[in-house]
Amino acid sequence: MIPRSFEYLRPSTLQEAVQLLDKYEESKILAGGQSLIALMKLRLASPKYIIDITRIPGLSYVKEEGNKILIGPLTTHDTVENSPIIRNKCPILSEAASRIGDQQIRNRGTIAGTLCHADPSADVPTTFLALDGEVVAMGKDGERVIKAKDFFQDFFTTALNPNEVVKEVRVPVLPPKTGTAYIKHARREGDFAIVAVAAIITLDENNVCKSASISLGSVGPTPLRAVEVENALVGKKLTDEVIVAASELADRGISPPSDIHGSAEYRAEMAKVFTKRAIRLALSRIGG
Amino acid sequence: MAEKRRIKLTVNGVEMEGEAEPRTLLVHFIRDTLGLTGTHIGCDTGHCGCCTIIMNGVSVKSCMVLAYQAEGADILTIEGLAKDGKLHPIQEAFWENHGLQCGYCTPGQIMSAYFLLSRNPKPTEEEIRRGLEGNYCRCTGYVNIIKSVKAAAEKMSK
Ligand SMILES: Cc1cc2nc3c(=O)[nH]c(=O)nc-3n(C[C@H](O)[C@H](O)[C@H](O)COP(=O)(O)OP(=O)(O)OC[C@H]3O[C@@H](n4cnc5c(N)ncnc54)[C@H](O)[C@@H]3O)c2cc1C
Ligand code: FES
Ligand code: FES
Repeated sequence: MIPRSFEYLRPSTLQEAVQLLDKYEESKILAGGQSLIALMKLRLASPKYIIDITRIPGLSYVKEEGNKILIGPLTTHDTVENSPIIRNKCPILSEAASRIGDQQIRNRGTIAGTLCHADPSADVPTTFLALDGEVVAMGKDGERVIKAKDFFQDFFTTALNPNEVVKEVRVPVLPPKTGTAYIKHARREGDFAIVAVAAIITLDENNVCKSASISLGSVGPTPLRAVEVENALVGKKLTDEVIVAASELADRGISPPSDIHGSAEYRAEMAKVFTKRAIRLALSRIGG
Repeated sequence: MAEKRRIKLTVNGVEMEGEAEPRTLLVHFIRDTLGLTGTHIGCDTGHCGCCTIIMNGVSVKSCMVLAYQAEGADILTIEGLAKDGKLHPIQEAFWENHGLQCGYCTPGQIMSAYFLLSRNPKPTEEEIRRGLEGNYCRCTGYVNIIKSVKAAAEKMSK
């Protein structure tokens, strides 16, 4: 399988990449290529111009600034998985990255790539939504910050304009007394999720649930926040009865697809089961 | 059609060059242009791992990389492992532990093992399984592959 013919461009700065995107219609940014090259080989995408940003220096980094972690767009899934900063301050993002595909895919795929690809069953987007992360988008008229809740718009569709690139990805440093879990229901390790759940739970000094953020993957056109589940947790002591009752609400507001991996009904049931497991696991991980 | 141009890269320590179109995949460049057919193509969709090579120190699936992206890169393929007629310890270990049957997946298994051991010289069985997750074998049932990687780790730590 070979992609359709295209012109290959290799800008040396992001500004230049934006100019090229703006100049050429039917152009696409190429980062790790682990989604785009696959689509091009299958001829589901046939851009006329490929703008390879992987040679632009300085786009792979992880740093802490204030209460945020700033991540360069070309930072690979492998680096996100293993970064000490992310592991310590935002472990759920490492956990999600560690569940992507396999080692070779994680060595090449990038954080901005998976966010921009916006597959509702992908691991990092679901987690990014639970984290209330944000991306810094850069276009020819300047930069803007797009929040996770606004970023994912539809299947494989984001709020980026065609001539914008993601310049940086930001996630919060999680507060103390926070436990997180990303769990993925897939038939085989390395597969895309049938249902995935990202859970972030913060308790107050009396061990009452101060905030809860639950996001579901693979149950709609974008990752979705399980708002009713969150509301059923906040302000309560998280006994197992509370968790079980809240998880029963995980099928509210979702529109799961039916495909060979599972029917819509199955996914809706699994959303409840995996929400329960993710909350329990997140809770068990809260340290002193 | 986009024009072909010559690209240079280092493969197994030797500088090589050849013509490629923008859409030429690295695996085809390595096999058809450079003539190094030890790197195999199984699925051609990024799943099976047969085409795994080391590019600038990390394992990648060469069917999921454009040849142009490897311009100037340092590439290691299965052909680059044996030195002066002597097999690499990972190759020896696969031979001695019956880590292959038909051998089709073996170059990819070995390159993945090479990357794993370069980062983690003493992996646990769990870590070996995870490290080789991206490499399918339709023959062996994996038990002997895992045994081979363990044995290779021991040989290499001596
Ligand atoms: C065998 C296999 C298994 C996989 N398994 C999983 C899995 O289990 N879970 C999972 O989540 N994913 C999985 N993936 C997908 C993987 O996570 C990809 O790495 C990721 O989706 C894309 O990142 P990339 O850097 O490779 O992006 P590319 O493929 O280069 O690009 C993807 C899209 O993003 C755009 N883009 C990239 N960077 C930018 C930027 N900075 N600004 C604007 N647009 C940009 C591109 O134009 C393109 O539209 C798998 C892939 C393969 C091949
Ligand atoms: S041929 Fe590249 S992964 Fe199968
Ligand atoms: S030895 Fe035959 S596919 Fe692995």
